[in-house]
Amino acid sequence: MLVAGVDVGSTQTKAVIMDTKPAVVGRALIDTGARLTDAANHAYQLALKDARRGEHHVAAVTGTGYGRFRVEFGDAQVTEISCHARGASFLYPHTVSVLDVGGQDTKAIRVGEAGQVLDFCMNDKCSAGTGRFLGAASTALDIPLGDLGPLALTAKNPVKMTTTCTVFAESEILGWLALGRKVEDVLMGVHVAIASRSVSLLRRVGIEPEITFTGGVARNTAMVSLLQELTDCPINVSEESHYCGAIGAALYALDRALADQAGQQAGGVTP
Amino acid sequence: MGEARVVERDGAAPHSDLIGRTRSESRRLMEGWWREMEVAEAEGRPVANVFVMGSLAEVLRAFDLTMCLPEITALQTAIRGKSMEYLTAAEDYGFSPDICGYVKVDVGLHLTGRAHPSGRLPKPSLVVAPNTCNTYIKWAEIWERMYGCPLFVLDLPGWRGTGGEYRPGTDVWERDRAYVEGQLGELIGLCEQLTGRKLDLDRLREVMGEVNLLGDVYQEILAENKHHPAPFDAMLDGINFMGIANALRGHPDATAFMRVALAELQERVRLGMGAIPDEKYRLLHIGTACYSHFRRYLELFHSWGGVFVHSEYMTYAGGGIDRGIRYDLSRPLASLADQILLTSQQSFSSVFFSQEWQQQVVKDWDLDGICFHGVKSCRTVSTGQPDTREWQMREHNIPGLFIQSDLVDARLWSDAQMKNRVDAFFESLASRKAQARR
Repeated sequence: MLVAGVDVGSTQTKAVIMDTKPAVVGRALIDTGARLTDAANHAYQLALKDARRGEHHVAAVTGTGYGRFRVEFGDAQVTEISCHARGASFLYPHTVSVLDVGGQDTKAIRVGEAGQVLDFCMNDKCSAGTGRFLGAASTALDIPLGDLGPLALTAKNPVKMTTTCTVFAESEILGWLALGRKVEDVLMGVHVAIASRSVSLLRRVGIEPEITFTGGVARNTAMVSLLQELTDCPINVSEESHYCGAIGAALYALDRALADQAGQQAGGVTP
Repeated sequence: MGEARVVERDGAAPHSDLIGRTRSESRRLMEGWWREMEVAEAEGRPVANVFVMGSLAEVLRAFDLTMCLPEITALQTAIRGKSMEYLTAAEDYGFSPDICGYVKVDVGLHLTGRAHPSGRLPKPSLVVAPNTCNTYIKWAEIWERMYGCPLFVLDLPGWRGTGGEYRPGTDVWERDRAYVEGQLGELIGLCEQLTGRKLDLDRLREVMGEVNLLGDVYQEILAENKHHPAPFDAMLDGINFMGIANALRGHPDATAFMRVALAELQERVRLGMGAIPDEKYRLLHIGTACYSHFRRYLELFHSWGGVFVHSEYMTYAGGGIDRGIRYDLSRPLASLADQILLTSQQSFSSVFFSQEWQQQVVKDWDLDGICFHGVKSCRTVSTGQPDTREWQMREHNIPGLFIQSDLVDARLWSDAQMKNRVDAFFESLASRKAQARR
């Protein structure tokens, strides 16, 4: 028996297929675009292909992320806050705090021993200080997203960014370059701005080890380094961090599938 | 009060004539309030613009002055889906997007011919502005400039603390009471000039006696929600209670309305009728609701079985009736000054020192968590909410949700983000309950 989790995020859609061990046996990541249902379907099919299994092997699917209600083939929806908490606890069982920096949201989550959400705090309605901010820097500097972190780590004299507003990021970055500052110093300034804001959110739920960093920005080495420095704690980052929400969703699907198999009521958490 | 399943508890037949009476009575009385404002202006009678926190309705009603409450009329435009046209008119005139949404809606109404969805807004002949909100006085000055009407500012000495040493009988209190009583004398003088009649102290006692009765019944209403399921939603139905309590404060119709509401609530409790069909989570609401998306706002909670059993709104917007106003009618002006000081101190405290009250309500009303709704255009009531939420969670393990939108500005509502946060909060409450059962 297999289960699936599909995380339709504002920027990217992630899907994972898990078995009952539980272990991830297939995964896929694509850009979300404008057609959320298509993105969910496409990612799911790619993940199945990666697992070399067909849909008929999948007993339950949970949708998560902003587009969770567009996962029309799913049988439940759970917010990405709960899914990242669950996924992070699965990847690192001693996780106490989770930081997820996504495309338009940054979430700080305090989790219980079973991976349940004890408390959470999110950024304001705008995307200031989220992954989108790094995207704006990538565009302004014409540097691929994946290269931002390593380049920032070479900075010797980082600039102090005055804004974390995604809209104003580009003009401030260009302003610093016009003043003759080095690209890596400007980039490090961008990273410090996001990391400081993220740590402020973490403080709201309590900074306590272990801290697990999830979401697409967890792949950024400069962000990981800064978070360690600012929290004075080691930061867990898994190869699967980008898929953490989808993994959590799949684990919720597994709960239901096992309960159904045992002939019990799952007692789901959706309304 | 929403539709809910009926489970008779004692086998007695339901008094169906009671169910739904509160809403129909509220509608009838609010329509009557609007007609009264229109007729007063048409007949050339003076109208006083007043605010919910410190309306001084007791004095004004003793002179039979018609009162307009612009916070309520602004809120009503949002519930009718019309607030944006007035907000835009005020912003086109030069008001900043950061200014209180109520102020801008009201200014927009006055700039566009005072045509309100519920009737024609009257011109004020007098404005009474206490300092219980830092925007009131600047708002009142706008009408003063627009219409040249007299502005009475009630300066209440602020005591930003949890109470304690500041209470009737202490030296500092007695000096403050005398200061407020002196100001009441000035207001009475203004009203005498405006109406051409002297204050009738017996009439003032009569009005204050009605407020005493109103407070008694209102306290019983709040207590009814200690039942499981809660018979009313403190935001959805709370708006009716607050509307009548403010618009008709000191009028026998307000007390009669509260008695009707209480009878309906008692009947609902007897029948086991909750405010929503399947109550699962009992919540306290801090701040105001988002009135431009009022139905949707409540739906986000009700769809999870979450009901607002109590709200801060039903306290600070009630002018002290939640704690049971008790005027001493043998010394009306001194007693009025005492109560104004007490009420304003409670209003200040509810914003700045609300944590102890919140804990007590969570305990007494048997609540599962607290929702803090920050208002983008009102930092006065929103400041400190994230800190209080964090403190309640850390120190008392009371789960809290912090969300933000606005009172009346639809541009500040983001449905997906609101839903995401509310859903995640309920998922965490569900996990808590599941853990507690194990």
